[in-house]
Amino acid sequence: MNEDKGLTRRSLLARAFAGMTALALAGCQKLSETAWFPRILGVGEKVSYRAHRLFLPRKAMAQEFTDADRSPAFRSNGTALPDNPDYQALAEDGFAGYRLAVGGLVERPMSFALDDLRLLPNRTQTTRHDCVEGWSAIARWRGVRLGALLEEVRPKPNARYVVFYCADPMEADGTSPYYESIDMEDAFHPQTILAYEMNGEPLPIANGAPLRLRLERQLGYKMAKYVMRIELVEDFSRIGGGKGGYWEDQGYEWYAGI
Amino acid sequence: MTEPEPTITPYRRHSLAVRIMHWVAAVTLPILIMSGLNIFNANPELHWGQSSYTGARPLLEVRSVQGPGGQVMGVTRIFGHEFDTTGFLGVSDRGDGRMERRAFPAWLTLPGSRWLAMARRWHLTFAWLFGINAICLAGYTLLGPHLRRDLLPTGQDWRSIGATLKDHLLLRRPAGEAARRYNVLQKLAYLGVIFLLFPLAVVNGLGLSPALDALLPGWVDIFGGRQAMRTIHFIITWALVAFTAVHLFQVAVTGFWNNLRSMITGTYRVAAVAAPEPEAEAAPGPEPAAEGTADAEPGTEADHERR
Repeated sequence: MNEDKGLTRRSLLARAFAGMTALALAGCQKLSETAWFPRILGVGEKVSYRAHRLFLPRKAMAQEFTDADRSPAFRSNGTALPDNPDYQALAEDGFAGYRLAVGGLVERPMSFALDDLRLLPNRTQTTRHDCVEGWSAIARWRGVRLGALLEEVRPKPNARYVVFYCADPMEADGTSPYYESIDMEDAFHPQTILAYEMNGEPLPIANGAPLRLRLERQLGYKMAKYVMRIELVEDFSRIGGGKGGYWEDQGYEWYAGI
Repeated sequence: MTEPEPTITPYRRHSLAVRIMHWVAAVTLPILIMSGLNIFNANPELHWGQSSYTGARPLLEVRSVQGPGGQVMGVTRIFGHEFDTTGFLGVSDRGDGRMERRAFPAWLTLPGSRWLAMARRWHLTFAWLFGINAICLAGYTLLGPHLRRDLLPTGQDWRSIGATLKDHLLLRRPAGEAARRYNVLQKLAYLGVIFLLFPLAVVNGLGLSPALDALLPGWVDIFGGRQAMRTIHFIITWALVAFTAVHLFQVAVTGFWNNLRSMITGTYRVAAVAAPEPEAEAAPGPEPAAEGTADAEPGTEADHERR
């Protein structure tokens, strides 16, 4: 008799547990769809950003690899060929007409042809690219140090972020161009480069030709491809959706160091 | 916190600190596991080494393919062996009767929809709570009396490991005085969770952060590289699921309410069988007495068999 009672109670308990779990799950889905709860969930990003800036040495270097570690084929994610006639015209010409415009909160706005960029201090690094989806791939990159480029244009003291405007539209109708932003500390990190070469070859179009950002201590979506223009700003709340980047506007973290 | 008195029933089983840390882990762990599975779904394959593109095939991958009749099939490939997992892995019911291509099914992920950005928000915020809690738990256990008093197996424990294992498999449980202390398997399980699984889950999670990888360049190689750490993180997850399943089963079959109460109020009641104490039988306690004793009872017959 005791057994029977126990079994009934046990199955009841199990059912109650399953019911509560289902309720909790439905609740979590509902919470995710509200406007306020995801903001609370954004605490993790802010704490991580502060903690990393506080405890990670400024010049802590991302791991670098040997040529043998490189991935046989470096995956192209997102845009493989920007659906943009101006860009395609530049590409047909081997980017001879390409000019990188650097402006905003700077003393001396300038524009650079690819050959100008090659004359600036550059860096070669074999690094691991980590996508937010979870995969990693390794390639060798060569490019102009963003810090050296910024020294040419001389940022004003109130410049806090570097914004990258790209040639690839993210909507099928040709609108919503990709953009990204990083802080000045990352901008002046020695491994932060605007790469024009991958694995010893000119950067392929699928990987962001003629110029892409390499920001080795953050996830792949921060590393804007097809960079056309750079702007230094004090805050990015009036740019795009106001969150500092195309994917950030879709709900991804602005600080992608984790 | 008062030390448990050796003779009186009911007695104080869990300190306030242990209870708080237990419930923080109990709430954060399911959230982390389920949001983690949603994150896994964004790239449902596991590799060993630094990169996902080494030329070698993944150790584990979940895909959806077009079957011979045009129907969508879920395929899971693990160490080169392929399994049809349609309905569970690869292709599953969205919850409204429509099939969807996704690695882990909607009912196992948080949020239920395929939503990497939101899953990361849940995961990366609750990871802070879980991680701090895991550090507190390990520190509290190491520095306080908890480790030596309750968790470190004694010589007697080690000698009885075979008998205890047999008791567990036969679902024979101790009662009376023997139910007061953890048996050797419990001790090893709790030690394993506090000092192995929780720290490994945290460290292998941290290793997925490209910023933290730069803390000491190359430290991720200790675990085989970033993709290897992703694989270890995944394996630890399932080890914790297995622990939790056994834990919940044991909680349910060894007196659910008594166990639950002891983890909420700290008080656990022992039906004194081995060494009858007159007051123990008489003490009704604040809860209905029948409830309390019935819960502790399943062990009664088992107890003398054990000696």
